[in-house]
Amino acid sequence: MKSLLATLALTTALTLPGLAMARPVTMTTTLNSYGGDGAYLALYVTDPSGAYVGSLWMAGGKSKYYKHLSDWYRLTGGDKAQVNGITGASVGAGRSLEITLDLSDALFDAGYTLHVDAAVEDMRESPNEIAVPLTTENAGKPVRGRRYVAGFTYDM
Amino acid sequence: MIRVLHRWPGLLALALVTVLALSGAALSVFPAAERLAAPQAEAELNVATLAARIQAAYPGVEQIRRAPSGRITAYWFDQGTPGAAVIDPATGLGAGSADPNQTQRWLTNLHRSLFLGDGGRIAMAMGAAAMLVLALSGAALVARRTGGWRHWFARLRGPLPGRLHVEIARLAVLGLVLSSATALWMTASTFDLLPDAGANLSIPAEVSGQTGVALAAIDRLASTPVAELRELNFPYPDDMTDVFTLTTDDGTGFLDQGTGALLNWVDPTGWQRVSETIYMLHTGQGAATLGLVLGLMVLGIPAMGATGVLIWLAGRRGRPRIRGNQPAGRAQTILLVGSESGSTWGFAATLHAALSKAGQSVHAAPMSGFAPDRYSHAERIIVLAATYGDGDAPASAKGFLDRLTAVDGAAVVPLAVLGFGDRSFPAYCAFAKAVAAVAGAKGWPELIPLDTVDRQSPQDFARWGRALGQAMAIDLELVHQPILPATETLTLVSRRDYGAEVQAPTAILRFALPRTTLWQRLTGAGFARFAAGDLIGILPEGSPVPRFYSLAAARRDGFIEIVVKKHPGGLCSGQLNGLEPGATITAFLRRNPDFHPGRGRTPLILIGAGTGIGPLVGFVRGNTRRRPIHLFFGMRHPDSDFLYGAEMPDWQAKGHLARVVTAVSRGARPNYVQDALRGDGAEVSRLIRNGARVMVCGGRDMAAGVADVLAEVLAPAGLTPAALKLEGRYVEDVY
Repeated sequence: MKSLLATLALTTALTLPGLAMARPVTMTTTLNSYGGDGAYLALYVTDPSGAYVGSLWMAGGKSKYYKHLSDWYRLTGGDKAQVNGITGASVGAGRSLEITLDLSDALFDAGYTLHVDAAVEDMRESPNEIAVPLTTENAGKPVRGRRYVAGFTYDM
Repeated sequence: MIRVLHRWPGLLALALVTVLALSGAALSVFPAAERLAAPQAEAELNVATLAARIQAAYPGVEQIRRAPSGRITAYWFDQGTPGAAVIDPATGLGAGSADPNQTQRWLTNLHRSLFLGDGGRIAMAMGAAAMLVLALSGAALVARRTGGWRHWFARLRGPLPGRLHVEIARLAVLGLVLSSATALWMTASTFDLLPDAGANLSIPAEVSGQTGVALAAIDRLASTPVAELRELNFPYPDDMTDVFTLTTDDGTGFLDQGTGALLNWVDPTGWQRVSETIYMLHTGQGAATLGLVLGLMVLGIPAMGATGVLIWLAGRRGRPRIRGNQPAGRAQTILLVGSESGSTWGFAATLHAALSKAGQSVHAAPMSGFAPDRYSHAERIIVLAATYGDGDAPASAKGFLDRLTAVDGAAVVPLAVLGFGDRSFPAYCAFAKAVAAVAGAKGWPELIPLDTVDRQSPQDFARWGRALGQAMAIDLELVHQPILPATETLTLVSRRDYGAEVQAPTAILRFALPRTTLWQRLTGAGFARFAAGDLIGILPEGSPVPRFYSLAAARRDGFIEIVVKKHPGGLCSGQLNGLEPGATITAFLRRNPDFHPGRGRTPLILIGAGTGIGPLVGFVRGNTRRRPIHLFFGMRHPDSDFLYGAEMPDWQAKGHLARVVTAVSRGARPNYVQDALRGDGAEVSRLIRNGARVMVCGGRDMAAGVADVLAEVLAPAGLTPAALKLEGRYVEDVY
């Protein structure tokens, strides 16, 4: 089990004082067969006002390509430190990415949104491929992406 | 040293570099194909007009990209469904699929990572590094071989694999350096080792808050020609804070979606521009023609790999393995070898083994690797030196005399020099003598006096070994058996005798082709492939030392033929002249590529006397393309030793032979072949001025006489035999 990013914990602690409880959340991203090389995926959270809160995972190791995850890049200014320690390999067409993190309870049912940006070499950039509100009700319900993601779910 | 730097990366990385080259060559086609296939924008089209056309056709357009080939791709959403197409800029409508080409994608992944991710990328980068080392060390070797950088395109000599290797290399080396160096840069960039990421563009804090500016009203788009466009991103619908993002050759910036105002702009950094240029040079994207040229150049790599392996194998075969060779820094005895064909290495191996057995630590190296600073424990240096041509350094001793002359300070290690040669040559052991003279002049002490070995004589070598042993106070018994190539047994099928009446008994001996194995036929080894002018080494009974004769026939003639004159007391010539059809000899083939007529159409002037006619007749026989051949032939008497006299009219009738000029040395008016040449001087001079090639075969005195006459004949035209030799237009096979 991977622990939640320090910055995220820090930010949520600052914005929502008093929260202490966290629970493991498993996020599964399954890609369709788009016929290209491995996709870069950025998973991150924004608050009710749309401001960046923190990153959950970065699939793709070469930071020079992060600018193609254009929403994530704009929100973070391309700050590599945002994904320090929570970076993995890019995800091939038709493959799935499954990650489990401890997410603070306070993130749920409070207007936060989980986003996935996707990009593939020589193919279209797909910022905001997924944008799903973090609610306990939405847990376990698959969401389709705009271009590359066949299904995204988070289970608690 | 350079050769080592060339050989080992070459052999080790051969497979990797071949994959890189073949996949790279295949990939080089794509940018050109894309350039041809992509609908190009008209010259004056600007980005605003183009974007408006596309937006009219695809209202949900999100992004427009322009590849360096000029291909424009648009990405849009139509009611939640993603769409993409290659756009015809004239209409803004889709004109083809935007999906990546799967073949190109497969090749790209093979080329950059062998489908193995980052590990594969590093492996391929090492392949590129090996290629760079190979190209640079190879260029240095070519320069050394041709005699300097200014003679880069000089004529090549030597065996075919070597010539092919260099021929391809000197055409392709620039492309290889460019491809491999740019590949390394791109790998470094991929792994974030270079600061070429470009400046970060901060998000504009303030936007107008309006939306819906007409594309045509955005000045920056209207003023940017499509040729400079790289990417245009549209703002999200319904996001008032979003902006247009424009990337051109000149940088990246944000444009307000309400007013069209330029909100922010950054120029590319110098590093970024360099990386982009390097990417273009390597991939050919944006430089399709260059890409094709590079692709063609790297296609030479598999051929160079194959010929390189052949060269290496031939070198290994020619040089015996020296077991237990000590490092130069630790050896007591340094053994320096100057060898042309490799036979002196055989002697060196014998000496090395004997000295090692006597408890010495010995380092054997080619003379060209002479490095006195490294001989820290050396107590003596022994030089075994053959001679090349008229007293020149043999192949493995190039540059030795210069280095010996350049050694500073007093030399303290005693030196022994042993020369290898053939007493019948005027410059017998001349190079060894020159080495001894320079060493003496520089004040090197003499371990034992200069000695020589005549015609690879094991007796001479053993005698010198005893003297050396005495000087070193060890018991040294040198038993040398020359290492010979694999021999074949040849059966005589016919003989024709000449010259008995003029005291020059000479025979034309024709042998059947030996049976060749499939392997020999595939590799062209042994008698599976030979040409007139190549040499046959014959081992007479009672001597391990081969005697060489020039071949008067090529493989395709279907037989092996030599012309042999019986020398009084000659062991081998006596045995050969005594052969009757059905008898056999033991022989092997040695190639002699310098004495081949070549493929040109220019006239050939063939000059020979006596048995020297052999290879010349072979050239005439093989002249099915009717190249004009002028044959000058010297004999003693036409009734007795006019070798091949019976066939000549037939060859003339077929056009194989343009003209025969004979010289007869016995009789009322003795006349030698050089006299005949002088008599025909005007014509000979005219032919040579028009590019004719001269080939001389025969005795040493005749060849010297021919060179004198040619010098005389050519002087008015401002030409010399020496100048012709440099061009490869004057070659001799002299014995």
